[in-house]
Amino acid sequence: MKLLKLVPEGTNLDFMRWRTVALVISTLLTIASISYTVYRGLNLGIDFVGGELVRVEFAQPVPTDQIRGQVDALCGCEAGITTLGNDRTYQIRLPKPAGPQSASDAMVSKLRVVIPQEHPGARVDSGEAVSGKVSEELADSSALAIALAMLGIAVYIWFRFEWQFGVGALLTLAHDISMTLGFFAFTQLPVDLNVVAAFLTILGYSLNDTVVIYDRIREDLRKYRRMAILPLINVSLNETLARTVVTSITVLIALGILLLIGPEVIRGLAIAIFLGVLIGTYSSIYISAPVLVWLGVKPDSFLRTEDKDSAQPETA
Amino acid sequence: MLDFPRWKVWLIGIVIAIGVLLSIPTLIAKSPLAGQWPKWLPDYTISWGLDLAGGSHLLMEADTPDLQKQRLQGMQDSVETELRHDPAIQFGDMSTAGGKLSFLVRDPTQVDATVERMRNLTKPVALTGNRDWDVQVVDSTRVVLSPTASGTADAMKQAMSVARDVVRRRIDPTGTKEITVQTEGNNRVLVEVPGVENPEALKKLIGQTARLEFKLVDLSANPADVKAGRAPPGSEVLPMADGTGAIAVKRRVMVSGDQISKAQQSFDENGRPDIALTFDSAGARRFGRATQENVGKPFAIILDGKVLSYPVIEGPILGGSASINGNFTVQSANDLAVSLNSGKLPVKLNFIEERTISAELGKDSIHKGAIASVVSVIAVIIFMLVTYGRFGVYATIALIVNAFLILGIMALFNATLTLPGIAGFILTIGAAVDANVLINERIREEIRRGRRLIDAVETGYHEAFRAIFDANVTHVISASIMAYFGSGPVRGFAVVLLIGVVTSVFTAVYFTRMLVALWIRRARPRELHI
Repeated sequence: MKLLKLVPEGTNLDFMRWRTVALVISTLLTIASISYTVYRGLNLGIDFVGGELVRVEFAQPVPTDQIRGQVDALCGCEAGITTLGNDRTYQIRLPKPAGPQSASDAMVSKLRVVIPQEHPGARVDSGEAVSGKVSEELADSSALAIALAMLGIAVYIWFRFEWQFGVGALLTLAHDISMTLGFFAFTQLPVDLNVVAAFLTILGYSLNDTVVIYDRIREDLRKYRRMAILPLINVSLNETLARTVVTSITVLIALGILLLIGPEVIRGLAIAIFLGVLIGTYSSIYISAPVLVWLGVKPDSFLRTEDKDSAQPETA
Repeated sequence: MLDFPRWKVWLIGIVIAIGVLLSIPTLIAKSPLAGQWPKWLPDYTISWGLDLAGGSHLLMEADTPDLQKQRLQGMQDSVETELRHDPAIQFGDMSTAGGKLSFLVRDPTQVDATVERMRNLTKPVALTGNRDWDVQVVDSTRVVLSPTASGTADAMKQAMSVARDVVRRRIDPTGTKEITVQTEGNNRVLVEVPGVENPEALKKLIGQTARLEFKLVDLSANPADVKAGRAPPGSEVLPMADGTGAIAVKRRVMVSGDQISKAQQSFDENGRPDIALTFDSAGARRFGRATQENVGKPFAIILDGKVLSYPVIEGPILGGSASINGNFTVQSANDLAVSLNSGKLPVKLNFIEERTISAELGKDSIHKGAIASVVSVIAVIIFMLVTYGRFGVYATIALIVNAFLILGIMALFNATLTLPGIAGFILTIGAAVDANVLINERIREEIRRGRRLIDAVETGYHEAFRAIFDANVTHVISASIMAYFGSGPVRGFAVVLLIGVVTSVFTAVYFTRMLVALWIRRARPRELHI
């Protein structure tokens, strides 16, 4: 049986030739992502801004306007109404009430009573109410968790490799997170707690790729002491390319299936990780590796100090 | 490489056998086979998260001002009682403004004695070295008692632990249901009840403080003053529960709900629902004496600061039982009876978060999640087989073993599987394969470099392990942070990722290495098809 080889033997792509172009594009995209996120804002779910979310399954199709009219009249507010996949499943989002939390409970409670009355056979599938206080805490702790994870991972890389690698890891993560944020700002997909879990997973996954490449660069630095840093990084990238491609495809297959036929409740999570894997694969090649060049990683970076004195400065 | 001692083979085999054994009860839990599992085998199962099983998640926060008000009132009562014991101390102008209790001592020579008495009323707070109240003298004759931060914190801690028990007794009087009631942080109670689709009844049941008090109506109050919310000294104005105005009642509590030994929903002579109360012996004595001394006067029945009714005492009630009316329905009378039996909440609880998922949505999620899991495992397996041939078969076996191990370990710790947890499971499958990809690609590479077969395999496993280890540590870091900060479903995701990291290193590295070693030893292949 002939085995599938996605990356042919002896592949030798000159990745580093395009590093400046890639850097310019990455920087522009990152800046664009951040500024767009700031300008447009994220479509934050009730987890982070408070409010109520009710999911209803009707027995027969109901026009959106009819539901909107009924809900708005009931709460005296402007409800956000979206369909989920078909014209029988609706998600009703209500703003956080100004008064005490008991008022907000009343709306979910009212809908639970009114909807089955007005639409026989309708079922309230889920009802969530998050107060302003809880949502503030969730937003704070989510931001803190992402920041801590980035720092923790970077410090570990610093500890296992050299400081340049730690900085490279941190920049890579910052790139991946801002690009994913930009995507969520652009598509206005709702950002809920699951998406934060996805962000933390992207951090771990993106670094997975970077670590594999860094590990190979370190190995090659020890092996080819006379090689200049740019060709050396190219060698390392090509050596790990087959693995990068195969792993990315495997994870994308698994996530793609989850995205297509999995439960829609976690679709946001699946989209974020899917995208993060793509971005993470790119950034481990074009952010993690070139950063080492700019930060001056040299063949003797991994020699102990006493060895450095005897090592001849070489140019290849 | 070939040196794979027999004890290691056994060890790996035993670990896998245990993992599979532990996972079976979970896998057959919903099938007819569930009852057939032998009793002598371990019977651990994973728990289903509320997002899969359906149910209600309610987070409540203690109303801190309410607790402070109660403490202040309690202190006022003790101070008044204490000072009445000593006729030498004349006091006046008692005030609770600004959250502090203060009063004037008329005779300046008695100030020191008063302060001494006040100090004796305060208690030390455990472990802090502080007392629960500060006693100070302002303007030489005004004594001020202010609650200390550690005193308030301690009171809150005690209130929360009582509140947790009270909430549990209310939802589950028989103690048989699988519910979660736990305190969170300093001032919160989390309740999770599986299977509940409409939490309104639940919320009514635990949202009621159920502080029942009997107080005399203050007949001396001027109706115009009462309307304006002003009460004579020693009295207070309370609203009627049915919203029909307010009345003035004496502050002194005749009898309180703490002295009830039993409450039961029943019907009055007109067939309307009411609640029959039985007092404990001390309560019965107090109630008997109070009714004896106040025949012909109205007394107010007060629930959570609202007056239910104020019947006139027609004669002494000495039997230790009474009944209360207040426009109840059978349901609300029943709820109140349950609440009274479980004791009052030491502090008012406000709902700050509610999430309820119906069992149907949960079932739908499980169904779709299971299908997606199976399909993605199959797709990944096919991809592995066409890419790595025999080594792909090993990776596949490792993958399946890995799935059993994750389930088995989750069952052992009775971990909770949530919907994001299913996503974590799928992601782990994808990522676990990465270890095998790293190893296999490295072996290919070493063979291209001209290494001999055994040498190439050995180097492949050895060199790939460093990167596998480091990559998994980064996963552990982000998953641990998720487990620590995340709530419910997200924590479920992190738990699956964490377990998956450990099991996948075991299956993808050690287990496949064993399979490869045993194969090479048995078949002695001349070349490697990889």
